[in-house]
Amino acid sequence: MSSSSGLHFKTYCMLLIMVVFAPLGNVLLGKGMKNVGAAVSWAPSRLPHIASMVLTSGYIWLGIASLLTFFVAYMLILSWADFSYVQPASSIAMLVVALLGYFYLGERISPLHWAGIVVICLGVFVVGNTPPRTTEVR
Amino acid sequence: MREALLLFLVVVSGTGGEICVTRAMKHVGEVTDFRPLALVRVILRAMKVTWMWIGIAMMALAFFSLLAVLSIENVSFVVPVTALNYAAGALGGKFFLGERVTPRRWAGVLLVCVGVTLVWLGKR
Repeated sequence: MSSSSGLHFKTYCMLLIMVVFAPLGNVLLGKGMKNVGAAVSWAPSRLPHIASMVLTSGYIWLGIASLLTFFVAYMLILSWADFSYVQPASSIAMLVVALLGYFYLGERISPLHWAGIVVICLGVFVVGNTPPRTTEVR
Repeated sequence: MREALLLFLVVVSGTGGEICVTRAMKHVGEVTDFRPLALVRVILRAMKVTWMWIGIAMMALAFFSLLAVLSIENVSFVVPVTALNYAAGALGGKFFLGERVTPRRWAGVLLVCVGVTLVWLGKR
């Protein structure tokens, strides 16, 4: 990886897009599905009706668009940065999801729940900081 | 109970799908040419591998399970729990793809599991 400041700027932009759009996508999907779930029963005969409700929800499509944005940024950054450098960013994404859920969706989060989220972030960070390739190249 | 089953599907089917796709892409071989036409050829070759289709089907199942569980549970609960993907990934990588999982990675997986337990208990 080159150490030019241009590359660093590009990398930070992509990381920012990743940690904003992945949580945003999940939160929008959550909001869209809460509207669907509150209104229907989940009997198999109702599946076509549920599918039509899901596919006509603006929140769901916005969520899918956000997740696609995240995915493109993820693919792009992996073309020049190491996986083990990029992956710990998803630990921050966990925290962003919780913050968005708390402030934007008004979800109640107990202290124990917060503690769990912090421990998970830590765990994901540790997992991500290990070598990305351990098998022999054939 | 229903949410536990759906979360199980999200984690196991999602990770299983990724493992199948990995297997398919390893079969296709390392991508070195990133010109659009060459990429299209890689995709076409990948589509001929059965593992790719199994992987895509499993990932689709995981996505719809995620949608279903999001209709009954909060995002701030569901997304942290899906971090169990890392545990499933480490196990699957070790036993299905023959990857070596470092002690440090196991430590991270253990932390994730402890965190998920706390989140689960904190929800009550």
